[in-house]
Amino acid sequence: MKIPVLRIYTIAYLIFLYCPIIILPIFAFNNSTSVAFPLQGFTTQWFQNVWNDDQLFVALKNSLIVAAATSVLATLLGTLAARASTRYNFKASAPLMGLIMLPMVLPEMIMAMALLVVLLAMGIKLSLFTIILGDVLICTPFAVAILTSAFQSLDRSLEEAAYDLGEGPFSTFMLVIFPLVMPGIISALLICFTIAIDEFIVANFLGSGEKLLSTYIFGQLRFPKYVPNIMALGTVLVGVSITLLSLAEFFRRRGIARTGAKDSGGFL
Amino acid sequence: MTETLQPSTSGTSPLGPGPIGRSRFWGSEAASGLALISPTALYAILLLAAPLATTLLYSVLTDGYLTVVPHFQLCNYIGECHSQLVNGTMAPDSYQGAWTDPIALSLLWRSLYVSAFVTAATVILAYPVAYFVSFNVSASRKSLWLFLITIPFWTSYVIRVFMWNVMLGRTGVINSILMGTGIISDPLQMTFTIQAMVLTLAHAYAPFAILPIYVALEKIDRSLLEAGQDLGETRFTTFLRVTLPLSMTGVIAAVLIVFIPTIGDYVTPNLIGGGKLPMIANIIEKQMLKADNKPLGSATAVTAMLVVALVSLLFLFLNRRYLKGQK
Repeated sequence: MKIPVLRIYTIAYLIFLYCPIIILPIFAFNNSTSVAFPLQGFTTQWFQNVWNDDQLFVALKNSLIVAAATSVLATLLGTLAARASTRYNFKASAPLMGLIMLPMVLPEMIMAMALLVVLLAMGIKLSLFTIILGDVLICTPFAVAILTSAFQSLDRSLEEAAYDLGEGPFSTFMLVIFPLVMPGIISALLICFTIAIDEFIVANFLGSGEKLLSTYIFGQLRFPKYVPNIMALGTVLVGVSITLLSLAEFFRRRGIARTGAKDSGGFL
Repeated sequence: MTETLQPSTSGTSPLGPGPIGRSRFWGSEAASGLALISPTALYAILLLAAPLATTLLYSVLTDGYLTVVPHFQLCNYIGECHSQLVNGTMAPDSYQGAWTDPIALSLLWRSLYVSAFVTAATVILAYPVAYFVSFNVSASRKSLWLFLITIPFWTSYVIRVFMWNVMLGRTGVINSILMGTGIISDPLQMTFTIQAMVLTLAHAYAPFAILPIYVALEKIDRSLLEAGQDLGETRFTTFLRVTLPLSMTGVIAAVLIVFIPTIGDYVTPNLIGGGKLPMIANIIEKQMLKADNKPLGSATAVTAMLVVALVSLLFLFLNRRYLKGQK
């Protein structure tokens, strides 16, 4: 017995969820400086403006540097923590993992401010590097969550088999474990990259004024005349993130298929 | 299965082998685990625990000119406080501590109230969606639905928030549609309101609520529902007496996951509230940076953390009661 009400409700909810990203491309191609209906005809001018904006490319470059560094560092730290907590039984595991996962349940603003205060007190100059420090803190719990499930679905007997066949600990890790959790690592890298490139609070408060993509967009939105440019930029970003997500989903499914587990669905 | 196999290799960490057999501790499983987790743990201690401890410390010290004076006091929380001037004397003007300043208190209340509303709206609206995907969608299509739900969430947060300005503004999408079709003659004032902020945040955190509820619903043994109906319950009473209580852990997780980031949201009060409806994050920014009063800002941040911790503990306590009820 199906309840069509529920299906209709869910579709309506999805429309609500998609509203902003559907509106985005409409105004990105709309030939008017005011973002309002009725539409004024087709233009690609906003995309050209975006393309010709040097500041944007500086911000993009900064964001890419920060996101790349963050995703690598957070995934590395996440791999260590996830492996330690799933493979070894030790007393300090629970409190340490609690601390590592704490950023998930702490308002970002408080974390950013606490970190800022310490960085200022220690006389560390704010830069892209300090932004990376903050972003790694925020991304590591996500990497740990993804990688914990990757390590948990590992069959321990595969590892045992490698030892029995004469492999050392390091070669076992490289030859057996690493390839098996590789999809999880790639998934963690992509998710951390997506989070870091979108991160606003850390970029806004832990930087020394050099713009990242998110802070650049935030700055531009104060001026109504730049809003159509942001619509065009947003359209491009939506396209990019959907592509990245599809890749992440692809690797996640392949990883599940490889370890022979059942698909439980979802990233979280 | 594999649990019966003892780790025959304890002491040999497969990732960066530690010194083996030097002593009992260094060869033990605990040592391997600690060695492996130490870089991540050290990072969290240095960049998270230490800064939080510093914030706590600052909140009981005295504000100086561009510095924090190590003079203990509690006035950053309660009562009147004086900053220290460059020459070491106290400033004649006083400021109120975080718990006695009516403005700070009202902002804290507003943050609580906005995020409580957002949480309630998000979780209640998300529940039927999670229920639908878990119970009414065939197993092979579930990941597709979840994927569809998560896509809008992974696009630029700042733009997503701003889009609600585009939707709700005086010349925005909703007003121009309503006026174009002649339903209203004057544009509705929707931006710069608490409701607009609640709507924006409820949109931004929707997937955070759907996923944990979905996971909890997925774990429910379907035969329990059949049992309920065999014992004469209707579909609706089965839902109330079996499904809903069993999914409560997911609901509580959703509540926490939505509540915690929304209470500290910074972007929405700026873009949707137009800076006229600041929340706690905005006042922390103001105190810490614009007014350069780090002790007061720290006290406000600690207060916000206490509020978050209290609410979290309350819900975790509820969660435990539900878990106990199931046994």
